[in-house]
Amino acid sequence: MFGWISQSVAVILLGVRTIPRRLGSSAVAVIGVAGVVIVFVAVLSIAEGFRAAVADAGSPVNALVMRSGADSEMTSGLGGPEADLIKQAPGVLRAGNRPVASAELYVIVDLPKRTTGTTANVPLRGVEPAALQVRNDLKITEGRMFQFGTNEAIVGRGANRQFTGVDLGSEFKSGQLTLKIVGIFTSGGSVAETEVWCDAHLVQGVYRRGNSYQSVLAKLDSAASFETFRNWLTTNPQLDVQVRRESDYYAAQSTVMTSIIQGIGVTVALLMGVGAVFGAILTMYTAVSTRTREIATLRALGFNTLSVIVSVLTESLALGALGGLIGGLAAYVAFNGYQTSTMNFQTFSQVAFAFRVTPQLLMLGLAYALMMGLVGGLLPAIRAARLPIPSALREL
Amino acid sequence: MRYLHLVWRSLLRRKLRTAFTLLVVFVSFVLFAFLMTIRTAFSMGVEVAGVDRLAMMHKVSLIQLLPIAYLQQIQSTRGVELASHATWFGGTYQDKANEFAVMAVDPETYPKLYPEMRVPEDQLKAWRADRQGALIGRDIANRYGWKIGDKVPIQATIWQPKQGNTWYFNIDAIYDADKNFDKTNLFFRYDYLDENRRGAYGQVGWYIIKINDPPHAADIARSLDSQFANSAAETKTSTEKAFLQGFVNQVGNIGFIIKAILAAVLFTLFFLVTAQTMAQSVRERTTEFAVLKTLGFSDGLVLTLVLAEALIIAAVGGALGLGLTWIFISQGGFNNAFLPVFVLTGRDVALGAVLCVALGVLAGVLPAMAAMRLRIVDALRRN
Repeated sequence: MFGWISQSVAVILLGVRTIPRRLGSSAVAVIGVAGVVIVFVAVLSIAEGFRAAVADAGSPVNALVMRSGADSEMTSGLGGPEADLIKQAPGVLRAGNRPVASAELYVIVDLPKRTTGTTANVPLRGVEPAALQVRNDLKITEGRMFQFGTNEAIVGRGANRQFTGVDLGSEFKSGQLTLKIVGIFTSGGSVAETEVWCDAHLVQGVYRRGNSYQSVLAKLDSAASFETFRNWLTTNPQLDVQVRRESDYYAAQSTVMTSIIQGIGVTVALLMGVGAVFGAILTMYTAVSTRTREIATLRALGFNTLSVIVSVLTESLALGALGGLIGGLAAYVAFNGYQTSTMNFQTFSQVAFAFRVTPQLLMLGLAYALMMGLVGGLLPAIRAARLPIPSALREL
Repeated sequence: MRYLHLVWRSLLRRKLRTAFTLLVVFVSFVLFAFLMTIRTAFSMGVEVAGVDRLAMMHKVSLIQLLPIAYLQQIQSTRGVELASHATWFGGTYQDKANEFAVMAVDPETYPKLYPEMRVPEDQLKAWRADRQGALIGRDIANRYGWKIGDKVPIQATIWQPKQGNTWYFNIDAIYDADKNFDKTNLFFRYDYLDENRRGAYGQVGWYIIKINDPPHAADIARSLDSQFANSAAETKTSTEKAFLQGFVNQVGNIGFIIKAILAAVLFTLFFLVTAQTMAQSVRERTTEFAVLKTLGFSDGLVLTLVLAEALIIAAVGGALGLGLTWIFISQGGFNNAFLPVFVLTGRDVALGAVLCVALGVLAGVLPAMAAMRLRIVDALRRN
């Protein structure tokens, strides 16, 4: 019953021993598959990096309040009295007597991108003293926090890396605004690291916003208080606002860009995959045709067709796996952690992020490589099994 | 030409192999065409930007507004032929995901600045007579099935109307344009916006300025900016091309990413597979080449024959790939909301054709040299 297994093993070993004779064509199949996997993993790692930077930015315990109808902080607007009222809503965590909530402004300033020298829309966030308490993951890694009431500012690690003019200790001028950078912060690689922070009142003055804000970010006393908090605000006739969990807000911000990159990446990888499968088919046909006599001899000796099929398929799967491993490794070495920045169309501002070659992506790449190997080997395997023994034995 | 039949027979010698090699080349060039189209889409019209148009915006950033009062001053500056303005509206239709470019403009001057937009005269007249009217692109009209005379509701994201959250526009006019011009915009009248929004009265997003002396664009831009220096709203004026290029740069180096992918595609698929197939094919035909040479075929002729085979495979596969993708794209096969200009330009097709021939020759040259160098005696003895 297990005869075909031992037969297959014997045929596979024979096949493996003859690979050096057709190294060229095997290499073409391996490189073809590797090329597809590199492109596949690399493009998806861009999408994954962007998604991780943006979508994982928010905490479910924080609630973001904006004017109803606004699709991002950029387009929102709240009056000062409204902001004060929002902070008094039930469900907001209190430290001592003060609500842990920050009314903020979100505008953009032009800073030159290091890579191109042309200006880019860098978000400038005006915050209130509670801002650091609301965002637990934010840490000052160099320098210090800015002082409220002055023109000091802190800059995120990503913005500091991607744009010129915001180094520690430097001053930058934008219109009537002059900011002195006194600290650099990180926030776990998230989108906040692309921002420049200063006192909200400073932004109000320079941008002629009067006593108004764009959003209120509030820390809730628990994730479960969200419904209470939201209901109180949305049913309050003095307010016309929308309330979202911070995590939901950022998850939604990343969807357009992520799905575009994934769409392009998957389309390209699928098309390339089709090409690579044809390449693999050619390779395996070559393998079968150079081994015609060998295979016919085996079959004449009584080896059954299944073992021949299995051996051809195994060989092409092995080539696919090798290509997948090489491609995945190359993509990891070349792209993982690569720092860049792009425009998030949903907020109209820059997001600095790092490419992320995750284990899941590597597994996906390997699975795709194996699939290409399998499909590529199928037709040649059937052909090998169907070779008419007498004429095959006569071939050169 | 005399030997075309010979080349043809050699290609048919292993039909399956030729077919699969052709398919690989075909797929490579489908990818080439697709990627070049994406590249064009991401360049957002930089290549077709008017050389005689300047864009002026707030010096601090694009989101800051400029007073409408600047218009008079700009118009009377030396070198300025016509000035107009636009304000980003950023509305959505029905569903949040259906966001497209909605702008408030001046109906008199804006269409004059963009002769690329072709609007029937009577429709333009109707729009200029209707405060609530809108001029829309052909593509957006097709996407939502809008017709002249329809009243469409657009949800505000930035500019809330005085009442509620929805603006209503009458479709008065539809513009057409060449393939590489964005036809997904909705333009409505600035006076309607300014009357009905809740604040920021008398403010516009940016100015577009047509100049009569493009070589002096930089001077004109400088003299425009100097007029508003030290005011509450300082300006930054650049050519439309430079402005769009800056915007494209913000998205990132798409061009480089595309080139890197293309290099991977063309090398790993097209070049390696074709070269390998040709090498294999020449090896198998060692005896045949020896016979040909014995019959008096010169070395050069043998070289040409093998190269011709590689070239035919490259040319047929490449032409099919480029051609079918071109048809698919011009049928609107890839049209989507995010990238409005999805065209395969003639320049990219030409580039594809050149690459195709060049790589075909490269792939064929080593096997062809091997065939050429064969010594009859050795070759015949080998089997």
